[in-house]
Amino acid sequence: MSGKGMNLTLKIWRQNSSEKKGRMVDYKVSDISEHMSFLEMMDVLNEQLIATGEEPVAFDHDCREGICGMCSMYINGEAHGPDRGITTCQLHMRMFNDGDTITIEPWRASAFPVIKDLVVDRTSFERIQQAGGFIAVNTSGNTQDANAIPISKHAADEAMDAATCIGCGACVATCKNSSAMLFVGAKISQYALLPQGQVEAPDRVKNMVAQMDLEGFGNCTNTGACEIECPKGISLDNIARMNRELIKSNFIK
Amino acid sequence: MKLDSKVPKGPIKDKWTTYKDKINLVNPANKRLIDVIVVGTGLAGGSASATLAELGYNVKAFAYQDSPRRAHSIAAQGGINAAKNYQGDGDSNYRLFYDTVKGGDYRSREANVYRLAEVSANIIDQCVAQGVPFARDYGGLLDNRSFGGVLVSRTFYAKGQTGQQLLLGAYSAMNRQIARGKIEMYNRHEMLDLVVIDGKARGIITRNLITGEVERHSAHAVVIASGGYGNVYFLSTNAMGSNATAAWKVHKKGAFFANPCYTQIHPTCIPRSGDYQSKLTLMSESLRNDGRIWVPKHMKDAKAIQAGKLRPTEILEEDRDYYLERRYPAFGNLVPRDVASRAAKERCDAGYGVNATGEAVYLDFATAIQRYGKEQAKIQGIDNATPEKITQLGEKIVEAKYGNLFQMYEKIVDENPYKTPMMIYPATHYTMGGVWVDYNLMTTIPGCYAIGEANFSDHGANRLGASALMQGLADGYFVLPYTIGDYLSNDIRTGPISTEAPEFEAAEKAVRSRLDFFIKNKGTKSVDHFHKRLGKVMWNNVGMARNEKDLKAAIQEIQQIREEFWKDVTVPGEPNQMNPELEKAGRVADFLELGELFAMDALERTESCGGHFREESVEEDGPQKGEAKRNDEEFTFVSAWEYKGDPKDAVLHKEHLEFNDIELKQRSYK
Amino acid sequence: MSGFFNSSIGRKIAMALSAFFLMFFLLQHFAINILSVFNPDLFNEVSHFMGTNPMVQFALQPVLIFGVVFHFVMGFILELRNKKAVGVKYYKNNGAANSSWMSRNMIYSGVVILAFIVLHFIDFWFPEINTKFIKGDWSGMHEGIEGYRYFHELQVKFVSPIRVAAYVLAFVFLGLHLLHGFTSAFQSMGSTAGRKKTLQAIGKTYSVVVPLGFILIALYHHFTYHH
Repeated sequence: MSGKGMNLTLKIWRQNSSEKKGRMVDYKVSDISEHMSFLEMMDVLNEQLIATGEEPVAFDHDCREGICGMCSMYINGEAHGPDRGITTCQLHMRMFNDGDTITIEPWRASAFPVIKDLVVDRTSFERIQQAGGFIAVNTSGNTQDANAIPISKHAADEAMDAATCIGCGACVATCKNSSAMLFVGAKISQYALLPQGQVEAPDRVKNMVAQMDLEGFGNCTNTGACEIECPKGISLDNIARMNRELIKSNFIK
Repeated sequence: MKLDSKVPKGPIKDKWTTYKDKINLVNPANKRLIDVIVVGTGLAGGSASATLAELGYNVKAFAYQDSPRRAHSIAAQGGINAAKNYQGDGDSNYRLFYDTVKGGDYRSREANVYRLAEVSANIIDQCVAQGVPFARDYGGLLDNRSFGGVLVSRTFYAKGQTGQQLLLGAYSAMNRQIARGKIEMYNRHEMLDLVVIDGKARGIITRNLITGEVERHSAHAVVIASGGYGNVYFLSTNAMGSNATAAWKVHKKGAFFANPCYTQIHPTCIPRSGDYQSKLTLMSESLRNDGRIWVPKHMKDAKAIQAGKLRPTEILEEDRDYYLERRYPAFGNLVPRDVASRAAKERCDAGYGVNATGEAVYLDFATAIQRYGKEQAKIQGIDNATPEKITQLGEKIVEAKYGNLFQMYEKIVDENPYKTPMMIYPATHYTMGGVWVDYNLMTTIPGCYAIGEANFSDHGANRLGASALMQGLADGYFVLPYTIGDYLSNDIRTGPISTEAPEFEAAEKAVRSRLDFFIKNKGTKSVDHFHKRLGKVMWNNVGMARNEKDLKAAIQEIQQIREEFWKDVTVPGEPNQMNPELEKAGRVADFLELGELFAMDALERTESCGGHFREESVEEDGPQKGEAKRNDEEFTFVSAWEYKGDPKDAVLHKEHLEFNDIELKQRSYK
Repeated sequence: MSGFFNSSIGRKIAMALSAFFLMFFLLQHFAINILSVFNPDLFNEVSHFMGTNPMVQFALQPVLIFGVVFHFVMGFILELRNKKAVGVKYYKNNGAANSSWMSRNMIYSGVVILAFIVLHFIDFWFPEINTKFIKGDWSGMHEGIEGYRYFHELQVKFVSPIRVAAYVLAFVFLGLHLLHGFTSAFQSMGSTAGRKKTLQAIGKTYSVVVPLGFILIALYHHFTYHH
């Protein structure tokens, strides 16, 4: 097997903790199979580091099938790397060539401070959702029958497309303004599209947008980069809908 | 100690209702005085946290991920069962109950399963009210699909991301309570021990995964909702961080561990590609609705395919062996998971596997594409459509149904599954075994509960598709919130639990010394090295087919690996900062103990049932020849193991299972 | 309400509203200027009307100035906030992979346009204000010139090739600014129309035709002016 795989140079951001300063460090890995996932390549590097007594590179990952939203690497200047419609864990090494130098950085945004190496703190997303990302319904066992309110297939499908967001933060990472509007727009849209979400809609959009601003995310300038880098293809239309909902909540209701 | 399942008396249909009516409640003013810890925030933990907080308890929820939304329930694809009978195909609570007990190969507790079926419909109502965007038909009503092992269409779904949507629903309910201050959420925290005071669960010791701080948290009850232990195999469809530590710690503090050998090997996963493989990816079972599973009929074709000299599309229809349709004409490709997995293994072991490693079978959509294509041509009124047009129309329908799964497959394997059949192979997916609980979902430690996949649950020896989501949410939304009140009603005068108790002191000390040990050990091998070795033994000897000799060998080998682990493991970095290797070390240490108990349990159970297949126990003749053979005379019980200091000293307790409402039968899908 | 315009989205909407206003003004400005190519007399008439009508001078003009100033000031405020939101920069960033140059550099095209407007004010607006409000000459006439002075003044300005070059450059940047800004404004206002083909085509046409027209007007006067 030796010699068949790729030899790569990795430039990786190393930072011991949020208080310490970080820097880019070069590593070499060899004999990387094209069928490996990007994170498996990182595993190879980490095993190599452990063998030499060095501390392995910390990075977030969990499901490794593109749904948990944990993995978050900025690879060669793009969120989740060069492929489209995928998370970092779904990126495969066949996207790279022997001899390549690959830069790997954490998500960058003031609202996503680095915890260690490539791990960032995304709890700002949590607080935005806590500000209104729900429909206030208690669990009672007496909720009305699920088919009591028919919902048009179109609305249900569109709500599903918005709800498919995995909260990874690639939209923020890739945005030149570190704006979280694709994420927040998707959440607001999911509920705005469904009849169940109407009652709280005006308060929801106001509170979530206010929290988003409070967390220090930037403004959307409609570059559309987020939509392209989003692993789940969340549409920019959701941002327009959020804007609409905010106008509605202030001027109509 | 005698196991008491606490199943209420009375007819099965009324048990839960009558019981609920009579159990003790805690009044709203007193709920404010009571703290509950929930470990894990997947479907079970998330829904339980939200509901308990809605009721007024003070909930402290813990997750090792950076958000509750990332728990591995999120990866469930196919759907959730509920006896709604929206399709009018004869579904009912009884039928769901019956299918689940039969699917579990008659190794689950009847009363629990009936309750599960009973509350299943409420789950769908609740989720829709929360804004879960289930798939709908053009009339605006909810759509259903069918899953393996049943004869009705009762599975609700949200594209191929049902688990995600349900979890986001529970998560949104949690968020509402976090905002109200009723849930205190501890992200990036891992439970490392249970604290038992005067025989009752009163708190946990956790490690803050960012700062490395070891913390004490007290409560009046502790709920374990930390999922299954499939990662004991190293390679599984579980998330990388999925672990058994919380469950294993409560086991070591006195909770019995039930049926560890019941593991589900899911038939439709993407085959492994190399030694570097870190996890296996599942393709939803829903694919079996339309995909046909086959291998070449002739050995020469199989050999040519393995050598890369022949392509599957070049094999003629009559030279293909659709082995599931051949062996199980009634259920065909929709036989339960355990049956489908074993059948794939049987073909591959016989040499008919279809990739380089010989460990894969085809899942082919060509027939479905043609069928849908012709249907669409008719609907769209296209007379004499060309074969290309039909294929194109058919592919569109298949894409609408499974597009995201096909895309996922293509990204991993780099082959277009619309044109070439998919390759699949079984992989560890779900563990039916887990912490033993009574009807109230309480473990053998008073005040310590286990819900969702973490308990030994309602699935017996095999879980049917789309039932895990149902069980997790049933436990969290509709069962535990009632039953826990019965216990907590005795705690209204207890007041806050102090973390200064000597039991907290001792537990924290033990946790700290173990963390220190790992850092100071300075061995030569990484944690993964041992985990991979354990996984190999588990897969080879305690995998899809088990026998006495291999199991005995496995027990020895696991002991050996464990010994080496403690001598030679190395964990770089410091304990007082983020340290993923240190996290893994603790988890693998627990897997190394659990693996041995797992093998012991498999050795003890000499029958074949559900996911547990003993090569010594097969039908010798008759129409079922070669199928798994259950032994109801001797094994109609739950194995509940008591910890005694070393896995090999564990003591077996048996909870006898009574079947009053379902007749024990040979599980036939022929 | 004040909360609304203090929110990030409220600010975007304010940007879009002022953008719509400015784009409408630009179109109107262009329509008048193009007359100078085809019909100098009509150009003079219209210019005089615009320059002396009290409604235009005392109502529309202040609104326009407010619109211009607001768009710039808000643009800078948003840019500063965004810079703060970004924090640490990437070691390597491949913006071209997912967005257009125009969309990523609105602030730079904007700065060029601002510089141009300063020049433009020095060229036309300050002299106009001087003539009308300081000197009090509302006749629109000038000694030695037959008829209204506006066409003549226009031609004189474009004698200098340096000024013409500056104008051309500025309008190229205006075109780039509009190529993103036109459809972006719709998105900010909560409409997805800007992402549909029709409006994208209209936006492209507008962003190319109007600046190009201004450029051609400048060049036309540069090459046709004779003493």
